[in-house]
Amino acid sequence: MSEPKKLAIIATKGSLDWAYPPFILASTAAALGYEVQIFFTFYGLELLKKDLKLQVTSLGNPAMPMPMPVPVMMQALPGMQGMMSSMMKAKMKKKGVASVEELRDLCLEADVRMTACQMTVDLFDYNQGEFIDNIDFGGAATFFEFAGESDICLYI
Amino acid sequence: MSTFNQELDAVGLNCPLPILKAKKTLSGMPSGEVLRIIATDPGSVQDFKSFANQTGNELLESSEEDGKFVFLIKKA
Repeated sequence: MSEPKKLAIIATKGSLDWAYPPFILASTAAALGYEVQIFFTFYGLELLKKDLKLQVTSLGNPAMPMPMPVPVMMQALPGMQGMMSSMMKAKMKKKGVASVEELRDLCLEADVRMTACQMTVDLFDYNQGEFIDNIDFGGAATFFEFAGESDICLYI
Repeated sequence: MSTFNQELDAVGLNCPLPILKAKKTLSGMPSGEVLRIIATDPGSVQDFKSFANQTGNELLESSEEDGKFVFLIKKA
């Protein structure tokens, strides 16, 4: 058997909607026989927390489909973000879309290697205990060791 | 009716779950055995074709029955 293809991903965003692309692509690539690593930096670190509190907002995102038109000023009101996040989660469940937790577990099960950016951990005063087990902590050089050999490299 | 060794119900599941669950089930099967998958995700028709092309598992059959998509995949 030939050397497996390699996929390297940098995950930089920590909202509910942006949690999907890295985990969907990583789990699928692993199922196709790729060796996969994801490097989580800045807000992407939210995706590695034991307790995920991911939210979605339409603010600054005019393309987000809304059940009814809501003026931007109204979208900024307290409680709106929580409501939008709940609605999005309910919609995903109804449509058979996996939860972020489920996709993340499938990635870990498929031996997707996940690395958390140590600099960001320090920057935001996180401690390593807040994150799931089975991940590494490292920096840019750690990422390049794998990315330099990768067939596909994505910045998300 | 084609014969198969195992069946996977992926009804109601959306991308990429049908592929991930199929891969997981195939991993536990010996080479040469056939997995039957039932799905409702219209994207799975193209996805299982691509999955077979890339993994070497053979897509023996891809059909539609009563609004559901049925696939037969032979483990490589």
